[in-house]
Formats: sequence, C-alpha cells, structure tokens
Amino acid sequence: MPKNPNIKKVVVIGSGPIIIGQAAEFDYAGTQACRSLKEEGVEVVLINSNPATIMTDKDIADKVYIEPLTTDTVKKVILAENPDSILPTLGGQNALNLAVELEEEGFFAAHGVTMIGTTAETIRKAEDRQEFKDTMEKIHQPCAESLVVHTVEDAVAFAEKIGYPVVVRPAFTLGGTGGGIAHNHDELVEICGHGLQVSRVTEALIERYIGGWKEIEYEVIRDSAGNCITVCNMENLDPVGVHTGDSIVVAPSQTLSDKEHQMLRSAALAIIDELDIAGGCNVQFALNPNSFEYAVIEVNPRVSRSSALASKATGYPIAKVAAKIALGYRLDEIKNAITHKTFACFEPTLDYCVVKIPRWPFDKFVYAKRKLGTQMKATGEVMGIGINFESALMKSIRCLETNIFSLRMKEVMEMDDATLEQALHLVDDRRIFVIAEALRRGYTQKSIHDITTIDLWFIDKLASIVETEKAIATELSVETLRRAKLLGFTDKVIGEICGRDEDEVRAMRYDNGIKAAYKMVDTCAAEFDAETPYYYSCYESENEVDPTTDKKKVMVIGSGPIRIGQGVEFDYCSVHSVWALRAAGYETIIVNNNPETVSTDFDVSDKLYFEPLTPEDVRNIVELEQPYGAVVQFGGQTAIKLCEALDKMGVRILGTSAENMDRAEDRELFDQILTKCGIPKAPGKTVFTCDEAIAAANEIGYPVLVRPSYVLGGQGMHIAFSDKEIREYIGIINRIQQDHPILVDKYIMGKEVEVDAICDGTDILIPGIMEHIERAGVHSGDSISVYPCQSISKKVQEKIVEDTRNLALSLGVRGMINIQFIVKDDVVYIIEANPRSSRTVPYISKITGIPIVKLATQCLFGDKKIPDLGYEYGLQKEQPTIAIKMPVFSFEKLYGADISLGPEMKSTGEVLGIAYTYEEALIKAFVGTGIRLPRSHKIAITVKDMDKEEVVPIAQDFVDLGYEIYCTAGTSRYLSDRGIPNRVVKRLEDGSPNYIDMIINNELDLIINTPTQGMETNRDGYLIRRNAVECGVHCFTSLDTARALATCLKNADGVDLSVIDIAKI
Amino acid sequence: MKAWLILEDGRVYQGESVGAEKKTVCEIVFNTSMTGYRELLTDPSYAGQGVVMTYPIIGSYGVCGEDTESRRPWVEAYIVRELNRTASNFRSEGSLRDYLIKNDIPVIQGIDTRALTKHLRESGTMRGMITFGESFDMDACMKEIKAYTLPETVPTVTCAEKYTLGQGGQYKVALLDLGAKQNIPQSLVNLGCEVTVYPAQTSAEEILAAQPDGIMLSNGPGDPKQCGSVIEEIKKLIAAKIPIFAICLGHQLTALANGFDTYKLKYGHRGANHPVKDLKTGHIYITSQNHGYVVDEQSIDPAVAEMSHVNVNDGSCEGVRYKNGYVFTVQFHPEACPGPLDSAPLFEEFIAMMGGNN
Repeated sequence: MPKNPNIKKVVVIGSGPIIIGQAAEFDYAGTQACRSLKEEGVEVVLINSNPATIMTDKDIADKVYIEPLTTDTVKKVILAENPDSILPTLGGQNALNLAVELEEEGFFAAHGVTMIGTTAETIRKAEDRQEFKDTMEKIHQPCAESLVVHTVEDAVAFAEKIGYPVVVRPAFTLGGTGGGIAHNHDELVEICGHGLQVSRVTEALIERYIGGWKEIEYEVIRDSAGNCITVCNMENLDPVGVHTGDSIVVAPSQTLSDKEHQMLRSAALAIIDELDIAGGCNVQFALNPNSFEYAVIEVNPRVSRSSALASKATGYPIAKVAAKIALGYRLDEIKNAITHKTFACFEPTLDYCVVKIPRWPFDKFVYAKRKLGTQMKATGEVMGIGINFESALMKSIRCLETNIFSLRMKEVMEMDDATLEQALHLVDDRRIFVIAEALRRGYTQKSIHDITTIDLWFIDKLASIVETEKAIATELSVETLRRAKLLGFTDKVIGEICGRDEDEVRAMRYDNGIKAAYKMVDTCAAEFDAETPYYYSCYESENEVDPTTDKKKVMVIGSGPIRIGQGVEFDYCSVHSVWALRAAGYETIIVNNNPETVSTDFDVSDKLYFEPLTPEDVRNIVELEQPYGAVVQFGGQTAIKLCEALDKMGVRILGTSAENMDRAEDRELFDQILTKCGIPKAPGKTVFTCDEAIAAANEIGYPVLVRPSYVLGGQGMHIAFSDKEIREYIGIINRIQQDHPILVDKYIMGKEVEVDAICDGTDILIPGIMEHIERAGVHSGDSISVYPCQSISKKVQEKIVEDTRNLALSLGVRGMINIQFIVKDDVVYIIEANPRSSRTVPYISKITGIPIVKLATQCLFGDKKIPDLGYEYGLQKEQPTIAIKMPVFSFEKLYGADISLGPEMKSTGEVLGIAYTYEEALIKAFVGTGIRLPRSHKIAITVKDMDKEEVVPIAQDFVDLGYEIYCTAGTSRYLSDRGIPNRVVKRLEDGSPNYIDMIINNELDLIINTPTQGMETNRDGYLIRRNAVECGVHCFTSLDTARALATCLKNADGVDLSVIDIAKI
Repeated sequence: MKAWLILEDGRVYQGESVGAEKKTVCEIVFNTSMTGYRELLTDPSYAGQGVVMTYPIIGSYGVCGEDTESRRPWVEAYIVRELNRTASNFRSEGSLRDYLIKNDIPVIQGIDTRALTKHLRESGTMRGMITFGESFDMDACMKEIKAYTLPETVPTVTCAEKYTLGQGGQYKVALLDLGAKQNIPQSLVNLGCEVTVYPAQTSAEEILAAQPDGIMLSNGPGDPKQCGSVIEEIKKLIAAKIPIFAICLGHQLTALANGFDTYKLKYGHRGANHPVKDLKTGHIYITSQNHGYVVDEQSIDPAVAEMSHVNVNDGSCEGVRYKNGYVFTVQFHPEACPGPLDSAPLFEEFIAMMGGNN
C-alpha cells in the first residue's frame, strides 16, 4: 500500500513542557516524525507550547504554533489552517487526550479532519481501564486481577478468589498513604479497613500482588496492512514495583530464554493487532520469575520514552517509521535508514548490550524522598552501550554526571554494617551501589537476591565488577588492567583503587596496546553493510571507525541527561550548531549520551559517538578522530566542564578560549574585568570555609547570596539572613562534592534582566532584552521571563547593551554569552555572565526570528563577522509580539520536596505565551502551564510579615475578581485592618476544619504562601505547600507571580485567545 | 588455555578456551539470534559447522532441558564473545559451559565476534580450524584446513530407526528425518497428528505403504546436492499425490527433485529476524532461519511451480508452491525454536490440506 494521496496537510501535536515523566523523548520523536512527513511532501502544522524544543522550529514544520495545548487552541489552528489530517501519537498522553476529546465532540468529522496513526477507538481500548481489561480478556491476554471495593468483606472475598498476597490501594489519599501489601486474611482486614477509612470516598483497589516479577517491555510496530514487528525488548533490572522510568533497563532482555521471549513477543503482537494500531506501541509485561505466568501491565499506543530508548538502543527510527505508516506506507515499502539496503520490515538484532539509568533530581531536592516506586521521579536518563553488561552499566554511571564514576559510591562505602543492611532493604536511587558494597562486605549473591528480588544474573554482573575492583587493589597486572578496561573501568577509577595516578594508568595501558576501539550500531549485528556512523567504544576489539576525511572535523560536545537546570534547550543549541557547521562544510562529530534527544539521532551529525562525557571518554575519541576543533559553548555546563581537559589534550576550543571561559568563572579575574569595564556588581567575596563565609557575610551585611562557583541552575545557592543559616547552607553545599570555592554576595532586591548576545570579536548582536516578573532572588530559570522588556527605560536598555558589549569584548567572547543583570533605582548591576549558550536562546531565537545558534556558530572561527552574515550589530529591533516564558514544575512527583521558589532552580520545563498584547501573552502562558481558574472562587493567603504590606493590593485584586479570601489569624488581622474582607482559617494545630482540610477537600483555587526565609522549614507552611501540590491546588510562593496572575485574571474575562504562526516571524 | 580460530584465508583470531579442548576443522558460520542458544546447539542443521554468535553474552539463562531440538548438540565448535559464567532462570539445570564441556564441544570466548562476522560477511562462509595452546604451526594448520571437505552429514544426524509420536492422532503424517528439529513433529502432534518419523534413507515405498495422510520433509544440514538418493525417493513421494509440506533442506530437495536448481549463499541466513513475504497475501512474517543454500528462483519452471515466499531483505526464494496443489515448501522455519512463532499457521495449512484428502 503506497502513501495515501489524500494526506496533504497534517497537524502534529507536541507534548508541551518538560515535566517528570515526559522529557525530551517527545521532541526527538516529534522532530523525526515531522522531518519524515516533510520528506514525503506533506505540509506539517505543529502545535506545542514548549519553546525549547527543536520540533517547534520553522525548519522542522511548515507552520508552528507555540500555543497552550488545549482543545481551544487545536480547534482554532484547524480552523485557520484547514488541514486534512491530525497525527496525535507523537505528543505523549497530552496529545492523545486532546485528540480523543475533539474526536468525541465531533469536531474532526465536522471539519473534514482524519485522525491518522491511531483511532479514538484504539486509544480508548488502551487507556480505559475497563475497556482495556475486556480487550485483553477477549484475546486471552492475562492482566493482574483487580477490583474496586467499598467494604472489607468485598476485599476479602476477592482476595480469596485470586489468592494472596494482594495490594490495597485506597482511592484519593496523599502519596498513596493507607495502602499496603496483605499476605493473608488478617492483614487484609487491617490494611483495607484502614485504607477505606482514610479514603475520602471509602474506596480501595484490591490488586493481585506481582511485585518481584520481572518487568519486560516490547516495542512493537504495525502497519495498516497488519504486518507487525518487534523493534526491541527490554528488561528492567528493578523488578515490578519501580516505575519503568525509574528503573535501570537493559536491552535486549538477559534472563529470558527463547521460549519466554517468544511467548511475550507473540503476546505483544497479538495485542497491537487487536488494538488495530498503525504505528508504534509499547507493551509492558510482568513475568513470574518462577513460571511462564505473565500479566500485561500497560499498553501505550503511541511513541513513548521507551520507544525513544528502543530507537537509540537498536538504531531503528521508530518515530520516523511510525510517521510513514501513518501516511499509508507498509513496512516493506520503507527503507531501513541505517543500512539503506534492507527494509523497515525486519527486527533489529543487537551485538552489544545497552543499559539505561534514570537521572534523578535528588541532588537538587535534598529533602525529597529518594524512595522509588510507582511514581516516576527521574527528570531524564542516560544510556551506555558496551560489548558486555558491565561496561554498559559503568558507562551509564559516568554519563549521569553525579561525580560517581564506578560502583564505588562514597556515602554508601562509609555506611556501617547496620546502615548498609537497612539500605539493602530500601528501594532508592542508590540501590546498585548498596548491592555492590554488600558484595564487598561478603554478602552472598543469594542473600542479596532474597532481599531485593533482583535477578541473580544482574547481581552476578555487579559481583564481577566488584571482583575486578579487588583484583586491581591487589595488583594491577597487565591482565587485570585488560579485564578492568573490558568491564568499563576508567583510568581514573583504576588509579584511585590501586593508589596510582590516572596518567600513570593510561601510560601503562598504552604501553601494552590497550586502547579503545569503536563499533557501529547497525540494527543487524553486522549481517549487512551499514552506512550509518553511530558508534560506541569497547576494548579488546578491532576498531571500525575510519577517521579519514577531506573535510575539517569539528567535535560538538552535547549536554548529557536532562536534569533541572539543564534541559532540552541545550540539545536544541547543540543540534543547531551541528546543522550550521554541516552547512558550512565541516564534518561534524557529536558526543552525547542522552537517548531522549534529537542530537543523538543518527542522521543529525556526520558521526555520532554515544559515549559518556568525561575527559577520558572524550580523549579516546579525540585521539582517533584528531578533530580540527571542539565546540563547547552549546552543551551547557556539561560541555563547559570539559573545556579545560580538551584544551590540555591540545584540542582547539572554537569560539571563546578555555582561558577566557575561566576568566568568566574565576571570581577575581572577573572582578578585575568588571572594574575595567566600569560595571557595578553586588559586593561579594570568594571563600573556602564556613568560618570565612560567615566573616564575609558580616562584612558585606545580610542578606547575602551563598553559592558554589561553577553552578548549574543555582545548585546549592541560597539567600542567607543569619550566621546560622550560612552554617546550614555550607553543610548542604559540601554534600555535593565541590573542587571549587564558594561565593558570598550581597543580595540586592531589584528587577532582573537577562540578555543573550553573540560576539564576533568586533562587536555584538543582542536579539532582545528579557525582563523577569519575579524579583531577583528567584532563579532566572524559575522566573517568568518577558520579551521585550516592559518596564526598563530606554536609557537603562542602552546601558545594558553597552555593558554587554564591553564585557563580551573584554572577556574575549567568540560566540555566545548570557548575562543577567539587576536593575535597581536605574542602576544596572551585573549578577553573572556565562560565556556560553543559555536556556533562553531557543525561545528568543524563535520569537525574534534570528537564528542565534547558527550566527554564533559561524562567528566561532573568526573569519566571519555579523554584518557578513546579513545582520546588524547592537540590539535588534523589537518585535510587535510579546512573548512570555513561564516555568513549569513537577513538584507533585517529588514527594517531600519544598516548592518554594528561591535562588536554586526547581522547574523542569517551560511554556511560552505569544500575543500582540502583554495581557494576552500572560494569559496564554498561564493557560499553557495548566492553570485553570476560577473554579470555586476561593483563595488562601498566608504571607510572612515582610510581605504583608505588599500583599494588600494583590488581595484587593482577587476580591475585585469575586474571590473569597481565607487567611490564618495574623494575615487576616492585617488585611481586615486595611479593609480587605476575609475569613479566618484554622492553623493545623488548632484542630479541624483547618487549612489542610480545605486543601484536601478541594475547596481552594489558589494559595499564596510566602515562606519564611531559611532552611528551618516552617512546619505549617511546608505542609500547606506539599498538600497543595499533591491535591493539585495551585500555590504561588512569590508575590510577583501572584500579582501577574491577578493582572491576567482581570484581563482574561471575555478574551478570545488568538493563535499565531511563528514561522512567519 | 589459549584457543585459536584459524580461517582458510589465513586470518587468525585468538581467544580463550572454555569448552572441550578438541582440535577441529569445520565450516564457520554466524548466527544473529539473541536468544535460543540451546535450541540452536541441538539443531541438526548445524552438524559440521562452527557457529559464531553475534550476540556477545551467551549462556545467561543456563541450560533448560526441554529446549532441546534433538538428541544431542551438533555444532562442531562454538565461538562467542563471552560465555556467561552463571545461569539464571527458573528452568535452568546448569551452566552452558558445563553442558558444552560434557558434550565435548570446543568453545572459544573473548573473540571479537563482530569483526569475525564482518569478515565472514565480506569474504563469505569459509572453513576454519579451532586449535589450542600457546602457539600453532600455521603451515600445518592451513594444510589441514585446505584438505577438509564438507562431509555428507544427513546420514549422521537422522534417526536410527523409525518411531511414532502422538499415537492415535487424527491425521497420519510421515516425517522424513533429514536432521529434523524436535519442534517439527511436536508442532504437528500439537495439532492432532500422529507423526511417524522415518530415517533419511527410508525408501518411498516403505513410507507410502503406511498410507500417511501427509508427508513432511524436514530441515537438515549440508549441501542439498549431496543428497542424491533422498532426492530420488522424494520424486516417488511426489508422484503419490499425497500432501507434502517441506521445510529448509526438505524444501531444497523438493526443488531439486523437480529439476530446479540450488546455489550457495555467500554467508547464509542464520538468525531469528528475517522478514519473509507471502506473495499471495502480501503478509510479512518475521522468521527463524538457518540455511546456507537456497533454491534458485530463476530455475523454477513456471509450468510446475511458483515462488510463494520471498525474503524481504535480499529477494531470495523463501518458499515454493507447486501447481499440482498438494506440495508446498518453505525455506524458513515455521517451527521456530529458536525464533518467532509468526509463521506457525503454515502447519495448520498443511493439516487443512490433509483434511481435504480425507
């Protein structure tokens, strides 16, 4: 069946902001699919609220609507664009839900739009609990039995029918409280009785317990003619009980015999067939480790995080093929993009092992519970490829960039025996390190298996690594060194274990010819000749890479896993830099390890090295490829950190030199430059110890900003008001290993302004000035950012441009620089300058229509100046549109994390609101973040004393909007005295009904709560904020955000939101 | 102990001996399946071959007794990147290493199997020697390798005497054992057949005397053209106008019996991921394959038969349907083990054909 000729214009829905559980994988899938559609001559209309993505580029889609993902938006875009089809399978759950809603409403039918890639029927069958169960029963696919009960008697009757143990999950309780596993009748009576009591609706789900079963996933593809293939299967190291997004995953499966594999594979094919999917699908199974019994856990009829991983693990481009299938092609009509010889209708076979490890945000949220369960907590993931499991695992560990390079985790190795024993029973992010330590201390594999239920195969592999550690410690013979390298130990780790220097180990290695070789990921285990240059390293092997070329080679260092502070925006920058370099005739080499991203797609660069971003891993590539130079300014802090090492290896750093990068980071050198340029800065000091910090703070005067140098997203950054707070902060900073000094600065409360600039060595180009709604003190990544700036005078703007120019030239910047300023009383202070690309680059690039990364990349070599590239120096003309970037958080996923905003970044993603007026842009941005107001017209306000005066007009605004205001006694008295009507709500200790009851009973629309400064968590405030997050009640901790929302609501009434195609900018 | 793989073109790979230390010369082929090593080791079609596994970790789930496809392992030598030291599966009866040693099979690990596979892909399947010790005499080894000719292996692998499975089944099937995998008769028995398995050298007369409802010709090792006498008997079986279904070697021999030709593929098809298209329905199966020879599509006499299945990757012939209406043959393995079960319905088609006879 060839392409359906009726499909000419397709609407593609993206997945919106990055949140936990929905990261860059949809940008990767969406970008690949859009390109795949465009190469078939189909016009692509894209809707996505996330401006940091590559898919929202006008190079990727023909029409780009960066708009809130609502049915209203989709309708308006359809009316404006008149498409014939809509493809909803690329934007995660959000996009599916939107499509189903519009389909059921009859909107698509009324406007001649066909849903392609899937049908509403299919989505319902996969998503609706009952329909799914019925569908599985029809084709004899077992599910874990479950039943919703309202009485203990019903629970017992059901449990007796299906057998113990059973899981009790009470409905609507916080963080799953009140549930548990019942192994027998008595336990069930107790747990279920309690569970029903705590459930608001006296309801609980009783489910067969399958914890400890193997969790296996299949990625399946089917065309509309009914041809099905499995792309890959994957096995979770963590048995059922840990969300697959939080599990360590290996591909292909390791502990399944062919009979088990074929049984599950056949089941997966039967399921996709019954669901009648034309495209990709993910099927998750639980497999009893002691029999052939299995249960279908979940089916996702769309591309997913797992499909992104499967694509990168095998080389099979699932999204690309799925898009072609949606157009009507059959699998045997689509070429295998890797081999160019075979077709998409075959199953990839691997001749390597792939390990994925999630990247958790526990380094940022030190108070969040690290326990892993059914709620995903990771923000991103990394993938390691090796010729054995051990090396793939060790690579992944290095890719995480958590200062751990092997199974040796300091805090775990320092545990006493009792703590270790306890830790072994915990399921958290340290699990593999704890197991390794247990093995070191003589636990048997069997005893560890009995505690963790992790398959012995994985435990034995960890043991193999631990044994090698021991061998290294005993004597580093050539044979041991060979073995260690084969299993993925770095020279640095080997050196640490046997007390030698890294360079010494490397010298020993080279003397004995032990060198990294590179192999190709080719989908077919070398059965066919492949042309795709997608490589991974291994030892004891022949090298396959041919480094010869007649072009100059440039290496682009990627940004690693998605984490708070370093999101998809840096992948956007890396990819655009590669495209600019390719267009300029260079051979491009990408080094990166994030399977969710576009940069690690096999056809983005000329060569892709899927490798950890450590000096050793990069050195190995450098020695083989001998690149002309490396680009580090687009890969976030990950790439910047490698700058010095690359420089030492003799690699030319393209753009701003390593020395100049260091000048921007080094406090004293930077201060000298500022003095020279005449740019004021908050007074500050560089210190190394806690006592020095306290002395400095007293000298400067409180409040002060304390932070480690070389920060990422304000990691470990705090505003301190007292000596005591400083002491507490330094303790936390030290928890995250730091080689760099600590900075103590005077905290100035002013307007925060940000610029990105391109410097060609002669002058600069500033695409636009952005102003933050939240005052300084809230991390720029967590602030609402407005372009163009609204309250900054022309004179101050000119000063900002001048300062930027002076600083960029003095710092010797070639390429990008990002500078943050504070404006107070018309004085412009500098906060910090980063001579690299920033998180605002994608958004400002899109909204101004200036290809910032492309221009900056062209300026890296020194031979091209900005005017040569068709642009003028200086601040560019303001656009008629206002663009507001708003942060999006994932607090509900991180149990225990405090949501109050401060200098440390906490948001995971962002949305953009674009309009011709400020007010409409603001409304769009708020809608994009998911705020839906009003519901009950009730709002609670509790602010610290310092903020009471400021909150009055905000409260008045809400009263004017018809809101009832609830306050705790202190705030209530203050507001009443100033004529603001309000009601008192009880504090927690004053009994029920209190604040928390109002939250849990869903009576509030919004909470404004400004926390008292400091680490000492105000128990009440913290509980209010946590409960709000878990009950889905919006909670603002900055008065500026609250004021913006009030402004927005005042204007929202009766506003019909426009939709704007940014491709026209 | 060091182990060496010496190829007939002079290439040498060094590894570590982890099996029987038995010097051997054989044909070296590669297989791309990621699971199913036990089934593969006991597949009689591998008789006389040294098998290279492209998946680098082999033996992970140990040795499971019921996964055996014949009475013993047949591979001449086993070449892997890493032979997994433990065995983890609820059915496992022991480690793969112990099993291989017990069965006197030489095994080399620590070889760059991807480099070796690429070499075999580029240069074609070739003979090789596995030898042990600190060093070897290259000239003497090469002489020995060059002198090696592929033996006729069907007589070795076929059963010694006829036997019957699924007694009392609805359809009586005669299975000519040319090196049959156990799951061929088993698949038929599961569908209600009584299967009598005959040694390869059984005469057509003897088989026909038992009045079977259908005849199944199995897979098997080696060059089909070495099986001259079997081909003669197959001619007689075809003449009896009883439904015939043939797999792999059986498929090739049926083609030869009809005067068509076979040729040797450069490096064969061995794996569990080969797409095969049914030319009648357009449907594609992912199939299990293990063959070095293939029926020459060009040689098929259109008056007698037509190609029914084609390999999507390289366009080679994967099945033949005969115009007489009662003979169909496939190159791939619908019995799987190891591999996908997608094409298992072909056995049902065969049953339906026999039903028509009744």
